[in-house]
Amino acid sequence: MGRVPRVHTTIDGVVYQDEVEPRLLLIHYLRDRLGKVGTPIGCDTSNCGACTVHVDGLSVKSCSMLAVQADGCAITTIEGLAPDGGHPVQRAFADCHALQCGYCTPGMVMAAVDLLRENPDPSEAEIREGLEGNLCRCTGYVNIVRAVRAAAEEMGAPGARIHPAPEAAVLPGGVPGAESAAHASAPAGGGTGR
Amino acid sequence: MIPAPFDYVRPDSLAGAVAALAEAGEDAKVLAGGQSLLPLLRMRLAYPEVLVDLGGIAELRGVRDDGDFLWIGAATTHYEVLHSSLVREHCALLARATATVADPAVRHRGTIGGSLAHADPAGDLPAVALVLDARMAVSGPDGVRELAAADFFVDYLTTAMDDGEVLTGLRVPKVWAGWGFHYEKFARTAQSWAVVGVAAAVRERDGAVAEARIGLTNMGAVPVRARAAESAAAGAGLAAGPLRAAAEQADAEAAPPSDLHAQADYRRHLARVLTGRALAAAASG
Repeated sequence: MGRVPRVHTTIDGVVYQDEVEPRLLLIHYLRDRLGKVGTPIGCDTSNCGACTVHVDGLSVKSCSMLAVQADGCAITTIEGLAPDGGHPVQRAFADCHALQCGYCTPGMVMAAVDLLRENPDPSEAEIREGLEGNLCRCTGYVNIVRAVRAAAEEMGAPGARIHPAPEAAVLPGGVPGAESAAHASAPAGGGTGR
Repeated sequence: MIPAPFDYVRPDSLAGAVAALAEAGEDAKVLAGGQSLLPLLRMRLAYPEVLVDLGGIAELRGVRDDGDFLWIGAATTHYEVLHSSLVREHCALLARATATVADPAVRHRGTIGGSLAHADPAGDLPAVALVLDARMAVSGPDGVRELAAADFFVDYLTTAMDDGEVLTGLRVPKVWAGWGFHYEKFARTAQSWAVVGVAAAVRERDGAVAEARIGLTNMGAVPVRARAAESAAAGAGLAAGPLRAAAEQADAEAAPPSDLHAQADYRRHLARVLTGRALAAAASG
């Protein structure tokens, strides 16, 4: 195999120039070359979203992008989201107990930040749909949804559009056409995986 | 998992991409958003020697008004399609189906052209291209040609494009004013592939269906037009009963697979039920 491409990126505000093998995945570049291990590798099959970062402001699964494709891009990882870990979404995850083992959390936070960029005042159903690419095997998503909603309000969204403690109403797979936000499906069908 | 080694080329023009593919020969693969290809590379289900990345070619990206057609560049991402007012105005069915593709992060990278050229029978967009009568624009060493969507998908993961050809975009005829659309997708979990999907378009006149179009996802090796059900729906009243009756013929032309997600007879059942729902939803909006 021939040429070794050069990539020029800005990652968490720092400019990097590196030669990378074409097959190097972005997640491996971040973790193994730059030591940015705040972003974990979860499934390696594009399903779980644990490795979500922002590329030019949009959420991307960094296992599904080559480092060479990031040439010229600005990337934000969980490590660069806020200098002290104090982004409103991060604080809300802590306050609402939105994690147990924490493995999915970096990706979940990055996906949630992107969701709130696009929809600053999401309903519970919109939060669940917006996070459908991120799997959590511990929490059942209830506190994650609450945390995102709490962050939305902290960041300036107007009203509480979500009822507290709807655990009993969350149905795996959801109810087609259900009106109540409390009946929306959980982001991975509620724990069946695939 | 780590892909097998390959060489990487990132041309900045379509001509450059066609030349790179010609030079690389049959072991080359086109990379667009990579949301289907990268998982295949990681699992070593594909091991091309050269990847030709279309990501640097501005002319392949974007949606524009092209007279009687809407032009959608092949490298336009699902996210960009979803946010295109032209798409919403002229082919809302595409926006509806695109909103169900995978999840937001995948839609940020994945492209409409990549999805169509990959020709996965479980992909949502091929059936939509079929229903909308999209023309697929292809460039290769012998020049430019255009294929009807009906002729583009020839088999499982296989299109009518030759080695060395690149899908450059779609031309969708702007003939859909007055039509209602719906994409009904049945999937086991969030972000899963469709077990079966139904793309429906309905034109109403005087309280009845004047014309219906139905495209089926994952009901065969290629997307299927359900023409028997389309004929049965024409003239039917807009109530659920007559539309459901027409949908009973939805699987007539299909040859669905049996796999770990569903047996063929279950897929036939799904196609009929989902077509009834899709027609009703399209008729009411």
